[in-house]
This record gives sequence, C-alpha cells and structure tokens, in this order.
Amino acid sequence: MGVVQGDQMVLNIGPQHPSTHGVLRLQVRTDGEIVSEIKPYIGYLHRCFEKHSENVTYEQVIPFTDRCDYVASMNNNFGYVVTMEELMEIKVPDRVEYIRVIMAELNRIASHLLALGTYGLDVGAFTPFLYMFRDRERILDIFELTCGARLLYNYMWVGGVSHDLPKDFERICIGFLDYFEPKIKEYNDLLTHNKIFLERTADVGVLPPDVAINFGVSGPNLRGSGVNWDVRKDEPYSIYDRFEFEIPLGEGEFGTVGDSFDRYWVRVCEMKESIKIIRQAIKDLPDGDVFQTIPKKIRPPKGSIYRRTESPRGDLGYYIISDGSPIPYRVKMRSPAFTALSSLGEIAQGWMLSDVIAILGSLDIVLGEIDR
Amino acid sequence: MGVLEHKFQDNVVVASMDKLIGWARSTSPWFFQFGLACCAIEMMATAASRHDLMRIGMIPRSSPRQADVMIVAGTVTMKMALRVKKLYEQMADPKYVISMGSCATSGGPYWQHGYHVLKGVDIVVPVDVYVPGCPPRPEALIEGLLKLQEKIQAERPLTRKSV
Amino acid sequence: MTSTEIKETLDRQFPGSVIENIDLAENQLELKPDQWLEIATFLKNEPGLSFDQLECVTGIDTGEDGPLQSRYNFHSMEHRHKIEVVISLDRNNPKVASIEQVWRVGDWFERETYDMFGIIYEGHRDLRRILCPEDWEGWPLRKDYEAQETYHGIVVPKIKEEEWE
Repeated sequence: MGVVQGDQMVLNIGPQHPSTHGVLRLQVRTDGEIVSEIKPYIGYLHRCFEKHSENVTYEQVIPFTDRCDYVASMNNNFGYVVTMEELMEIKVPDRVEYIRVIMAELNRIASHLLALGTYGLDVGAFTPFLYMFRDRERILDIFELTCGARLLYNYMWVGGVSHDLPKDFERICIGFLDYFEPKIKEYNDLLTHNKIFLERTADVGVLPPDVAINFGVSGPNLRGSGVNWDVRKDEPYSIYDRFEFEIPLGEGEFGTVGDSFDRYWVRVCEMKESIKIIRQAIKDLPDGDVFQTIPKKIRPPKGSIYRRTESPRGDLGYYIISDGSPIPYRVKMRSPAFTALSSLGEIAQGWMLSDVIAILGSLDIVLGEIDR
Repeated sequence: MGVLEHKFQDNVVVASMDKLIGWARSTSPWFFQFGLACCAIEMMATAASRHDLMRIGMIPRSSPRQADVMIVAGTVTMKMALRVKKLYEQMADPKYVISMGSCATSGGPYWQHGYHVLKGVDIVVPVDVYVPGCPPRPEALIEGLLKLQEKIQAERPLTRKSV
Repeated sequence: MTSTEIKETLDRQFPGSVIENIDLAENQLELKPDQWLEIATFLKNEPGLSFDQLECVTGIDTGEDGPLQSRYNFHSMEHRHKIEVVISLDRNNPKVASIEQVWRVGDWFERETYDMFGIIYEGHRDLRRILCPEDWEGWPLRKDYEAQETYHGIVVPKIKEEEWE
C-alpha cells in the first residue's frame, strides 16, 4: 500500500530571512506543513579566509580568525594561538594562560547569551532577547576596557596577549559575575520554564547520539544529545586541567534526550560553569609578563599540526602547515557550525515548517564560521 | 512663513508640504533587518537594549517591502551581490542605503585576496551614507542614521527639479 | 593504540597499502588511493580501532607539479587515539573514493575540498560546489589559481600583489 501524498511544494527560505541567523538559504520540500526534505545552501558569506591565510604572515592571520566566528572572537584567537604555540613548541607565561582562559570564558558567556536571545526571537519571545543583550553589553564593556574593541578583538597573539589587564580588572570582573549569576534565574523564569517555549522546543528535533557523532556534531549540540565530550576536559589545552567544572549534559527533562530544549538547556548550564572557571582563574591570577619573547617574525619549523579547541559552538580545529617561511603554507579551519548545519537535513525531516526554525535556532550556527 | 506666524491658534502649525513630508519621512525610517556578517551583530546591539534604535524612530522590518532604509551590514560576496541587488529593487520608493562597515564600503580586510568578495556594495546599489569601522560601534551607526535623517529632511520631494 | 600499532594493523590487513614517507610526522600515515573505501570502513568498524569521529578533511596543493593531497583526521572517542591519513593524488586527474557514506560528516567536508581544490570524490551522492557559486570557474585554493575577470557582469578588480619582504 503506497503512502498517500499531497502535492509537494518547494519553498525557499533565505538568504535574507530573519531567522536564518545570517545569510543561509534553505530549500525546503514540504508536503503541506510537513517538511519532507531540506537542503541547506551555504557560501553566501564565503570570504576566502583560507586564501588570505596563505598570503599574510602568521601574526596577520589572527584578525581574520576574529572575523570567522564573530560572536566568539576570543575563542577563535585562542584556538589559533594554541595551535601555533604547539607547532612552535613555545611555552607562554602563566599569567597569559590565565588571562586567555578568563577572556575565552567571558566570551563563551557572551556568545551563549546571543545564542539564547536569538533563539527566543526565533520561537517568538522578544523580551528575553533584550534582557540578554543588556547583560551581553556588560561583557563587551569588560573587553573594551581590556583591549579597546567591542566585537573583534585581535587580543591573543602568538606568545602572549596584546595588552595587560587594566587596573582594577579583578574587581570589575568579579562585580560583573556577582551581577550576572542571579540573572540566569531571571532568564529561566522568563524563557526556560515558559509553557509556550517548552511546547515549541521539548521533543522537537531529536538528535540521537550516534547520529550526532556520525555527523561530526560537537560542543553543546553533542552534549545536548547526552554524549560526555568536551575538549576542555578530554583533550585539555592551555591550563583547563587546573580548573574544576562540570560538563552539563542533556537529560531530556521535558522530552527526549537530544531535543532542541536539551541543546538550549546545556547552553544555559554552561554559562554557570564558565562563571565557576572565571572565578577560579581570577583567584589564582599570577603576576608577571604578558608576552613571551619570541622573534619578531614568526618562522615555525617545517611541519603540520591539527589541534582542536572548544569554542562555544564545539570543536574548533585548525590545521596549519608550515614550510619554514613567515607565511603559512596552508591554514584550514574546521568549523563546528559547519558540521552542525550539515546534520540539519537529517534531524529536521518530518517536522513542521515552523519547527525547522526552532531546530535551526537550537543548533546555534554562525554563518561567518560556516562559510569562512 | 513670517507673515503667517502667530496668526492662528496655538495648535496650528504652518509648514510647506515639502518640509512636512521630509519631517515625516526622516523621523520614521524603518530599516531593513539585513544582517550579512560581523556588522550584523553590532546592528543587533544597536537595536537592542542599551542603544535602542526605536527612540529615533527606527523599527526593524524583515521584509524589503516594508522598509525604507537598507543597512548593508557586513561583507557582500559575489554570490550574495545579485541577491542584494534584487532585495534593493524590491524595496518601495523612497529608499535609502547605508553601507555599514569597511567590508560593505570597500571590501575591508578582504580587499586584497578576497576573490569572492565584492569590493564595495556601491558597485551594485547606490549608497547614501557610508559608516566606517570594522565593525562600526553602535554610536557610529546611530551617527550615520542621523546623517541620513538630515539628508532626507533636506529633500524637496514636491518641488519640481530645475533642469 | 599508538600510531605505529595502527600502521601495523593496517599493513597486516591491507598489505602494501601503506606508503613509507619520511616527510610525515609520527601520527600521520600515507595510503595508496586504491583501497581507500575499504580501509576507511575497516577503520570505523574494527573494534580495536573504532574511529567514530572524522574530525577534518583538508585538501592540500603541494606546489607547481606536485600532487594534490586529501588529508583526514580521525579520532576514536572510545579508545582516545588519533590518526591522520594522507592520500596523494595526481594533479591532472585527482580522484579518490568518497567516504561520505561511512562518516556522514564527510559529505560536506568532501564537497568543500572539491570546491576548493577540484578533487573528485568518486561515489559521493551529491558532489556540487558548496561555498562558491555553482558557475564559479577554477579551484580557488590551488596555488596556481587566478580569479576570474567578471562574475555575472560584476568586475572582480585585480589588485597587484604586494611583495612581503
């Protein structure tokens, strides 16, 4: 007996659409409201990052990494410099490591705030967006105080950081954390436990763990499916092994493990863990230099390296090949959002059109990083 | 309007149609929510809590049909350039374009090796105001919008242009 | 398993497939392109190896007349070991088996490498350009790439290469 099929319709979403988080185009084949096939088209923001890297010196690549994942620039800088330092086998001063961790975790909070705020927008809640942007601005203020930029920092350099922390940084940062910690409860009251929000997200777009691993999904999306995998814990880089923090996992509190709500909830919990890390790092922040003396022109030894770090979106990998000259032979960025988006076709199948938006929002993609 | 001033009661305002239309248009330029890249995040920050664009009459619209101002926020690539043009053509007159950030203005950091980057959005659509910066701060964007308001205010839509 | 043990296992299972290359690092191994699909399936399904994560696929152009390379980074979440596979391909006819159906993440990775280098992954179900437009000319990340003059009537301005000292 064949399945009765209505007339199928092909619908085009994007590249200009408020809920595609940038310039993503989705070609959706629908049967009424039910999505039977979904094909993402990307590349509308392909800015030739890898080509640029082959034409500028190693230091000059860092500003381009900023612009790849513009929501979490610090983490992108971090990944690149960690990879470079591993390739060159240099050890940076302890103070630098602590500053980097503080900045990366602050940026993780900022990135998650943006992700959660826009996710609220996607499913029809406008107010949480304003609340989260209010607090995100405070983090940007801290960054501005430290390095002068609001969004693209170029703060972490190979061998150190560009500026030392400003005077009174500890007080300002702790002040922010004390302010921010109770706000998470406010978000929960406002968005997380909202009946409509739960209806829109719980049990929607379930991503089973084996499918997630097969599709290379990483970061909060993978942990939302209940897989305990965090590069910070499992392949510790920098000084993450010195801190105590938990890895929040999706538990299917309101639905099935791996649904959109779990991915959202993991992000909320991760903000709390980041606060913990920052508090510990500020407590032990040592004095000292913020730049390791290295030659002005970086010439790493011949060779190649692949290293991944944990960005707010997942495993951010850099593949760097050096031929001994001051210009990289090849820099490849393995972007976490790229792989997460490739799984959309699999998980969004069979859901209603409006759920596709909810699923897409829960994957937290940044197009700059996908297209590079 | 010297002669007519104070001739009527307090709640009557005398103005030329041109100025009135200019005033109405300039104080409510709804903008097209059109984020391309990094600058879009700053555009969102400008529209959100702290900077609050709505206080100068700007409301984000997600359809080009409802918008007066297109803020091109971010890098325009070759693949996107044709779409940008199409979206501009879909907007109803009068329409204005703000090029936000150095990428939209000239290709920005990608001007040299970006084979796939359009070196300035003014190649495909006419631009009214350029806002420099990478990315521009929200204050800079607001400044650009105020400049655009001045420009709209100065227009004389009903006056026949001398040839 | 250490990289050497993985190499030995592969050599035992697929004799003659591993190429000795002294330029490579310890965790890298070069394979012949012939049996790649079988080897990849083995890498994933063999309980002792069980590489469940394909981390990254990188294309590399080794220079003027040199071969193109397709490099794969694998990681096993179960055994916590890693390996990098290097496959060299003829520049004029770069063809290698697709592993898209073994690791689904390979789908987009391979499309990207195809887009940037023109490496053809045989057996890929949907091998199209992914980042550049469909009608783009040339393979951008090859070292001898020159950007096209115009695209749909839009001039791509040529800016003179500045020499880095």
